[in-house]
This record gives sequence, structure tokens and C-alpha cells, in this order.
Amino acid sequence: MVSFLSDHLDAFVAGALITLQYTALSCLFGAVLALPIALMRLSPKTAVFWPATVYVLFFRGTPLLAQIFLIYYGSGQFRHALEAMGLWQFFREPWFCAVLTLSLNTAAYSSEIFRGALQAVPRGEVEAAMALGMSALQRLRFILFPRALAAAWPAYTNEVVYQLQATSLVSIITVMDITGVARVIASRNFAFYEAFLTAAAFYLAIVYLVVLLAKRVEGRLYAHLAAADSAGNRRVRP
Amino acid sequence: MLDLQGYGWLLWDGVQLTVMVSVISMAGAIVVGFLAALAKLGRSRGRFLVVEAYTTIVRGVPELVLLLLVYYGFPTLVQDGAAALGYELVVSINPFAAGIATITFIYGAFACEVFRGAYLNVPAGQHEAAAVLGLSRVAALRLIILPQVFRYALPGLGNVWMVLVKATALISIVQLPELMRNADVAARATRMPFTFFFAACLVYLAITLASMWAQARAEGWASRGVVGGRL
Repeated sequence: MVSFLSDHLDAFVAGALITLQYTALSCLFGAVLALPIALMRLSPKTAVFWPATVYVLFFRGTPLLAQIFLIYYGSGQFRHALEAMGLWQFFREPWFCAVLTLSLNTAAYSSEIFRGALQAVPRGEVEAAMALGMSALQRLRFILFPRALAAAWPAYTNEVVYQLQATSLVSIITVMDITGVARVIASRNFAFYEAFLTAAAFYLAIVYLVVLLAKRVEGRLYAHLAAADSAGNRRVRP
Repeated sequence: MLDLQGYGWLLWDGVQLTVMVSVISMAGAIVVGFLAALAKLGRSRGRFLVVEAYTTIVRGVPELVLLLLVYYGFPTLVQDGAAALGYELVVSINPFAAGIATITFIYGAFACEVFRGAYLNVPAGQHEAAAVLGLSRVAALRLIILPQVFRYALPGLGNVWMVLVKATALISIVQLPELMRNADVAARATRMPFTFFFAACLVYLAITLASMWAQARAEGWASRGVVGGRL
């Protein structure tokens, strides 16, 4: 096991960087996409509400693996149309399909988190903003978003952790993330449990590092809610 | 409608296997989760730590890695272990067993959290009332506490089930001919990947919607004796 680690540590570190990259990119795109979807889901207009609802239902109701296959292999069925639009050069690349699917998937889950957080903003605060003569856009920017983001944070960091683990599926379409590296090393050296145990350890370490970081940010976000102790320090009880 | 080119039966075979694997794994997860929750709530420090380690690992390692570890890693580990002791042994696990074992192991941890939360939801007065009535600990658990635990656990278990069904798609990676794998076979044979993966998606969606409906019914049934008691 020790010689296995010293032989392959570089490859696993490279894989970990890929995993982090895919997680960061898809969470970024996903969050940007999730906000308008959440707002659409809260709209009273049927034509606005339904497309977002069907989108969320589809991406939350089907396995991520099926979505990845649908986009990566499925796009081949429309190759000529995609070529005509000049998009085929993207859809034939595993990294593009991986980031696209992961982003669309996490957008659906994140939008539900944001929707819940937006609904949790007390009605009185919105009414107060209206009374102050704020426009709808101003209310979103100064009242709803800041309050909702703070409320969504714990659930959203959970989603990031899920997303981090979900990226392991991109190894199936040949992306060399942690799992991809482990699979290649395992079959090349007939070292199955060594490779997959190492991969598991890498994921565990990264996941709990992210959880730790998220907790720290949480402490800051909610500092104003915590009672000050005798020394005047504000601390949120875990 | 989608033209399945005569491969509809293959998808149907896959659906049956998917549902079977899901039901068996869910039953396993409920048993594992229940026992783990008992250990987590019990007084034994050792058992608590074992369950804590179990849930920590499951929450921090991707399902795919755990599946690969069970399917490829476990047999080679046993073989190497036997070789070190001077035995020659060939171990292999079939995809069906590996899939069910992995999914049960993972979702047992989630079910454990659900049961623990449900138990903590039962008001302290219920325990006290049972004690006042002179019920033994076991009788109180069986007659008063557990029926309520299952009622509170229902929404959480419904969620676990829906996530679990989608997770069974992963077992296609080790070639178990369930829905996803058979959709893949049909997609390759007909060169119509979009059609077949989309059909598979629709089937998963149908299972999800049916589960949501069944869950709402079950929660209504479980709350029938409670005033305003919709969970």
C-alpha cells in the first residue's frame, strides 16, 4: 500500500484538481442558472411557472448518469444539426458535456433551495421595502437576495458536497478525475482495492475540508444572530 | 411517441430488474438504518462510534467509488489476504449482489439519520406516559414509541426511496442488465442514443411521480388518527 501510494500519488493529486475544477465550474454555472429558475417557480404566471417546474422535475426526477448519457451520447443522434450550428465541436468533447450536465443538474437542485429561502423571507420586510417606495428590482437586490442567501447557505453547502461527489460520474465518459485516475490505475496494475481505497480517502478528505470551510463561513454569516459572550465576542453555537 | 424499434421489451426487462433491485435494497436499507439508529441512540459508546464512522464514510465517499470498491476491490482484497495466509482463492461477486450490497450500505446510513430524527421527534411526554402506565421499556417501545417513529420517519424514508431508485442506475456500470444498461445496449444496437436514454429518463420520471403519489397517500394514512396531523 505504501509503495502503491508513492508510485501513484501524483496521478491522484492531478485527478483531485480535475474533480475540484469540475465542482467549482458546475456550481458556479449552476448557481447563476438557479436564481432565475427559482424566481420563475415563484411566479404566478402559468407560462413562466410551468417551464421552470418541468425543468426542475426532469433533472431531479432522473438519474444524473442518464442525463450525462443523454447529453454526451445522445447529442450524436443530432450530429448533423449540431454541425450545421457549429456546436458539434463542443458536444463531442467529454469535458464540455460533463460540465454542461453537471451545471444543469445542480441548477435544478439549487433552485429549489433558493426558492425555499426566498419564500422564507418574512413578508413584513418586503412590505416595509414597498412602503419605502423601492422598485421590484431594488427589493430583490437589497432585501430578498441578501436575506435569502444567508438563509440558503447551510442547504447550499450541502448541495456543493453532493455535487463534489456527483462529479465522480464524469469518469464514465473518460474524464480523468479522482475516480477516472483510480479506474485506470486499478486495471493497469491489477490493484483494485488499493486504487479505490485511495480514491475514497481523497474524496473523504476533500468533502470534510469543504464542510469545515462552510462551517467557518456560516459562523461569519450568522455572527449578528449570536449572543455576545462576556468578552464581547460573538459566537454561533454549533 | 418515441419509436423504440422493437427494443421496448428490453427496456421493460430492465425496468423490472430496476424495481426489484430498488425494493430489495430499500428493505435492506430500512433494516440497516433501523439497527444503526438504535446503536446511535443507545448507551453503548463503542456501538455509537462504529455507526458514526459508518455514516461519516458514506456521506464523504461517492456512490460510484463505493460500488467499484465492493465489486472490484473486495474480491481482490480477500484474494490477497488469503494468498498472504498461503491459500489460493478465487472470489468474484455477481453484479446483482454487489449492486444490492452497495446501495443497501449507502442508503442504510441515510435511513439511520431519518430514524434517529423521527425518534427525537417523539415528545418526551409519550415516554413518561408509558412509564406511568407501568409498561416495560420493550413494551413501551413496541406499543407507544415505534408506531410514532414510523409515522415521523415516513416523509424521510420516501425521500430516501426516490434517491435510491435513481442511484440504482449506477449498477449499469458493472453490467447488471437493469434499465440504464439495457437502454445503453439498445442505443448502441440502433444508433439512436438520444431516443433510448430519453425513454429511460421518462421511465425514471414515471417511477418518481408514482412514488410521490404513493408517499402522499401513505402519509395521509399514517396521520389518519391525528387531528390536523398531515405530516
